[in-house]
Amino acid sequence: MALDVPNDPKAQAAAALHRFGLGPRPGGLAAFAAHAREALIADISKPNAGAIGDDNLLSSAEAIRAAYDYRQERKAERLGRRAADEQERNERNERNEMANAARQMAAKPDNANPGGAKPDVKPEMQALAAPIAPSSGKDDRPKQQPGVPQQIFLDEARARFDAAMNADIGFAERLVWFWSNHFCVSADKGNVRQLCGAFEREAIRPHIAGKFADMLFAVEQHPAMLYYLDNAASIGPNSDAGRKRGKGLNENLAREILELHTLGVRSGYSQADVTNFAKVITGWTVGPARLDNARSGEFFFNERMHEPGPQRVIDRDYGQADVTQGEAVLRRLADHPATAKHIALKLARHFIADDPPAALVERLQKRFLDSGGDLKEVSIALVTAPEAWQAPRSKLRKPNEWMVASMRAVGMSPSDVRPLVRANTMLGEPLWQPPAPNGFSDVSDAWADGLPQRLDIANRFARQVGEMIDPDAVADATFGPLLSRETRETVTRAESRAQAVALLLMAPEFQRR
Amino acid sequence: MSTDGKRFSPHLATRRELMLGAGALFAWAYMPKLARAEGRDPRLLTIILRGALDGLATVAPVGDPDWVRLRGDKGLRTDGNYAALPLDNVFALNPAMPNFHRLYRANQAAVVHAVATPYRERSHFDGQDVLESGIVTPGASDTGWLNRAWSALQPADRVNPRQAFAVGPITPLVARGPAPVMSWTPSRIPPAGNDTMSRLLDLYRHTDPALARTLEERGALAAIAQGDMNGMSPAKIAATPGVPGAAVRAYFAEAAGAAAKFMARADGPRVGALAFDGWDTHANEGADQGRLAALLGALDGAFGAIESNMGGAWKETVVVVATEFGRTARINGTDGTDHGTATVALLAGGALKGGRVIADWPGVSEQALYQARDLKPTTDLRAVLKGILRDHLRADEKVLARDVFPGSDQVRPMAGLVA
Repeated sequence: MALDVPNDPKAQAAAALHRFGLGPRPGGLAAFAAHAREALIADISKPNAGAIGDDNLLSSAEAIRAAYDYRQERKAERLGRRAADEQERNERNERNEMANAARQMAAKPDNANPGGAKPDVKPEMQALAAPIAPSSGKDDRPKQQPGVPQQIFLDEARARFDAAMNADIGFAERLVWFWSNHFCVSADKGNVRQLCGAFEREAIRPHIAGKFADMLFAVEQHPAMLYYLDNAASIGPNSDAGRKRGKGLNENLAREILELHTLGVRSGYSQADVTNFAKVITGWTVGPARLDNARSGEFFFNERMHEPGPQRVIDRDYGQADVTQGEAVLRRLADHPATAKHIALKLARHFIADDPPAALVERLQKRFLDSGGDLKEVSIALVTAPEAWQAPRSKLRKPNEWMVASMRAVGMSPSDVRPLVRANTMLGEPLWQPPAPNGFSDVSDAWADGLPQRLDIANRFARQVGEMIDPDAVADATFGPLLSRETRETVTRAESRAQAVALLLMAPEFQRR
Repeated sequence: MSTDGKRFSPHLATRRELMLGAGALFAWAYMPKLARAEGRDPRLLTIILRGALDGLATVAPVGDPDWVRLRGDKGLRTDGNYAALPLDNVFALNPAMPNFHRLYRANQAAVVHAVATPYRERSHFDGQDVLESGIVTPGASDTGWLNRAWSALQPADRVNPRQAFAVGPITPLVARGPAPVMSWTPSRIPPAGNDTMSRLLDLYRHTDPALARTLEERGALAAIAQGDMNGMSPAKIAATPGVPGAAVRAYFAEAAGAAAKFMARADGPRVGALAFDGWDTHANEGADQGRLAALLGALDGAFGAIESNMGGAWKETVVVVATEFGRTARINGTDGTDHGTATVALLAGGALKGGRVIADWPGVSEQALYQARDLKPTTDLRAVLKGILRDHLRADEKVLARDVFPGSDQVRPMAGLVA
């Protein structure tokens, strides 16, 4: 099912804002309509396209050290508390024993004290016989604040939402999201949570309009990826560390680089290629946070973990003895025609259609190869392809795309990022937390299940903004000539502004792009 | 505090704020000075029904010779299984409203019929704008008549000060303005918008059948899809998505009852408003045993909850229920009614001079209908509101005409509504 794009420049420009961007903000459609292609190209041609200018965010190395320090402090606190509890327990037992003794003395008829005089109980013992109040130690602790890893995660989430809300068009941001999902890491993995945002800022954002090979290098040598796909702990069996510790190879990263990041599944590599490539990148690890030196929290090549000797990967021998061995393999993978095809298909599927036109995929693949993997050139080829403008709007917006487009359309921006993070989770696309290393699905069917949840979120949005906005005006400003007669009537006939807003956000024009 | 309600300050609401909206009480943070000076302690609760209430299905002119011809078997009658409750020799009340009927017979409830705001088009948004702003031109005001009335009443003592809050994005227009507002929120979330869901499904069916299928399958909307609830038992209707049943009943009762409990307190607010959505009955209106009957039953439960929770303050209470406009006099092709003009306003409370249907009845013959389709408006809703504000709360008549309902000099306050 799809919505056609009318053969009219204004309608095509509006469709492009939804297809390639984050949806128009108030006034965005009018400003954009006259020169849509040029504006999209300009969006990724700015010197810092894709960058986030927030100096307060931590680098990945800083985040690793901050999380480490936090855990150490918590550990020290726990140990301290345990010792204090222990001491208190001992003291209490002692007191109770004394109190029991006092009670027994008080109750015991004392033949040695005729005349019924009170037994001689020391005053302090009477006081101790009073019931002992439960320890208030736990209640005195401050209210639960998010821990350092979660706080870093939220700060990064906030910066990411801000970038999306503030983007004029949002094509560069959409490319960031695309590549971040292509090279995904997951906050679900313990020590990755505090690195998800830094990973995106350090490895993805600088390269969305640069060379694919540079992005690939930055990604595969980033601590977040090395932790996520276990390479940080992968040890060559014949390396110094391997011989000494009897630990060995982890193929996870090597396999996913071949299968997901570059060539694509079933593109002609063998299990031997995976194993050998895994050996090639042994020693690609992260400087331990406990070592307070320059390597701490940074990528570094640990020679002692590296499998010595040449390796053969996909019919080619790599004889380098250090980090350049793996870099040579990555460079070759980046230039491989299978990678060009894999990337071309994924881009076209994400932006244009679940089953994109073969001619378009071929054109993107050719541009990728001819330009030496220049992602700006490939992105320009995408937005100048006639198919990209004529293809019917068949893609269901992914949850975060839809949420951001909704907020942009009604002109609201969040003051607290947590409800947005929760809403993303509720809609099945938890931020930086894909279910598997192949990322969130880019096929529409995968998202249809969440339609009733979208209605729930739309109702909540609408309740907040409904009283304040003119739904008809928002409908026009968001869709211009793309607005169907039926949607316009549905919005106009809604029984309240809030209902009108909810229906607009749920309309096919809003769900599809 | 912002008085510029239309300018939306960017802000994502917290969970608590999300639950505000339908059913939340918005009230003045002060007591009315002049009424207090007389030794009285009056309460006024305004309930806005958003979506346009079908006045003819709420209070039917069963004694009008043209009634049966107008609505046929979809109209209320005084015989049969769902016999309407007689009010006088012309009008009868929807059988879903026994509480209101009891209050009416005790002279503590009244109906104003063939009433309308000055708005004569048929857009919900604009109609609600006029109803809530008290201004004849839609979209022309950022403040509501109730808030401006608060200013006109002159503040005396402040009510429980901890509850006061600045006008926020979810404050309904009627309560927005310069006077300090406080709010109370029901603890439960309003029932999911089944009406919204069925409208969306309708849109999808016409424009995107794949989405319609998805929503139907995932949303379990079989009953709405069939579009027919005739012959279903009340229990089945209550359990059917799209038909407001027990959940709506409970929600109205809790929202209105708790608002009343709040207003009954010695340090509680005296003048407030709340709103209920869901009255836009274009298809399968179900005046006698379907959707509208269920909604009116829920509203009737709200009257009951207000009466009992007001306790001793009930005798000094007036509740006004108003909607943006009425619905077509005739039933449409989908067993519902479309946007119309005149409708009813319902009044209740111990302070009321009730037991009356107040109407300059225009009749429902072909010639009598407004634009040959709607009940003709013969009473201006502003007259009713001005009468209550003047006689119950002692608002100044000149201020009412100048500030609260500007341009309403010709609309005289309706006298004698309050005992």
